[in-house]
Amino acid sequence: MGHDSKKELTRQEEFVKNHRRHHHMIASWRTILFLFFLALWEMSARLGWIDSFFFSSPWRVALCFVEQFKSNHLLTHIGVTLYETIASFLLVLGLSLLVSTLLWYFPKLAEILEPYLVILNSLPKSALAPLFIVWLGTGSTTIIVAGISVAIFGSIISFYTGFQQVDPEKITLIYTLGGHRRDAFFKVVLPGSVPILLSTAKVNIGLALVGVIIGEFLAARRGLGYLIIYGSQVFQLDMVITSILVLCIIALAFYKSIQFIEHQIKIRFKM
Amino acid sequence: MSTLLELKNIGYAYHSLHGETVALRDISFQVRQGEFVAIVGPSGCGKSTLLSIIAGLLSPEQGTIAVNNPDGSLHYPKVGYMLQRDHLFEWRTVYRNAILGLEIHRHLTPEKLDAVDRLFVEYGLEKFRDKRPSELSGGMKQRAALIRTLALDPQLLLLDEPFSALDYQTRLMVSADICRLIRAAGKTMLIITHDLSEAISLADRVIVLSGRPATVKTEIEIKLTIKDESPLAARNAPEFQQYFNRLWEVLTHGT
Repeated sequence: MGHDSKKELTRQEEFVKNHRRHHHMIASWRTILFLFFLALWEMSARLGWIDSFFFSSPWRVALCFVEQFKSNHLLTHIGVTLYETIASFLLVLGLSLLVSTLLWYFPKLAEILEPYLVILNSLPKSALAPLFIVWLGTGSTTIIVAGISVAIFGSIISFYTGFQQVDPEKITLIYTLGGHRRDAFFKVVLPGSVPILLSTAKVNIGLALVGVIIGEFLAARRGLGYLIIYGSQVFQLDMVITSILVLCIIALAFYKSIQFIEHQIKIRFKM
Repeated sequence: MSTLLELKNIGYAYHSLHGETVALRDISFQVRQGEFVAIVGPSGCGKSTLLSIIAGLLSPEQGTIAVNNPDGSLHYPKVGYMLQRDHLFEWRTVYRNAILGLEIHRHLTPEKLDAVDRLFVEYGLEKFRDKRPSELSGGMKQRAALIRTLALDPQLLLLDEPFSALDYQTRLMVSADICRLIRAAGKTMLIITHDLSEAISLADRVIVLSGRPATVKTEIEIKLTIKDESPLAARNAPEFQQYFNRLWEVLTHGT
């Protein structure tokens, strides 16, 4: 008996060990791949396999980063892009929640608006950016509106579809308990849609960033999108690539924050 | 015993562009205070439609329905409806599921909550108050759903093919258990089932409906010699088989 349980324990320990080893292996390969890429890039530039004027190099990017950082420009640009992205993300979240709630409350309205939503969702939103510039000028407002325009229609459709997928019997339950449509929404539809709200939020933060960068390409004097366009126009490819790398880090940070929030909510509601 | 519920000539039809489908025609019956009535009928005959009408979720196209409240009103919360599945919400604890009805009615008074607490103790669920529904067994979930229904203190309980999501063995135990608790709570019960044995073992009276459009074919009073025993024991009563054969006869061959 005692021998058996000891054997069980070692098997369990072995499993945990294997699990850890697996994770270490994945993490180390990720790092190795990244370092290998950097080394290859640097080497190719130094040995003249690629023209570092066009393709830059990790060293030049690092120099450019430090230089931009010292002159205090980079932080401003990062701050502007962050602000615009977060603002449009939050506005998208609020607006689409509001609109999809209205659509759920008034199914006739949803039926009337459906073709318009589908058209607006499939329209390439960058086509609208010139209009926004004419209407709103070249400032943060235009950029935020551009960010919103990219994400909002898809977000409304996702939320509304999520609301509709809630088990109709659960809504009947609310009615059998004497509740009204409002109770059905707040007690069943909204809490039941939390997973869809979270997954849509994850998509939205990425889309908002896309919209903001497009907006900055066209109508900004500040922000990473502006820095990229400016850098390409004056053939400062180091600046362009530095900005792109910073964007990578921002995108990762956004994704991780939403993932963290998702995790917290899942713990809170034991989902 | 006084009449609690009276249906007179209830008729209901579903409408579509292809025409109308009559689901219920001329249905009349009464349910007395404290009585357990089972409604059986072929599947798809409109039993659930009938229950939805009694629950007030649908209004009948013809006929009248009276739920006899002490104050003479036709108020709806006095009817408790238990659906086929428990539908406990996973994002709420068992306790917060149980008080859902009270929350909707904004009746979270100390007396009502005390009553819920007492039911939790009585039904052996107090240890599971703060658990999630998925941590409960099938039987405990049904008990929790029953507390949710009883919290609003309904006079009449409607059960629409309850427990049909459970496996056969659990279902036998749970339906016996839940019906015993409903009797103990002194409630009146109207249950829909397609299981004749269940109807005979649980009910004082069985109403047989015809196929679509549903009409009342017959009503059979059930008097078993081992009354007040558990519904499981009732299945061993000598009259059980006779009732079963009679119901089967009526269902398959008309009157």
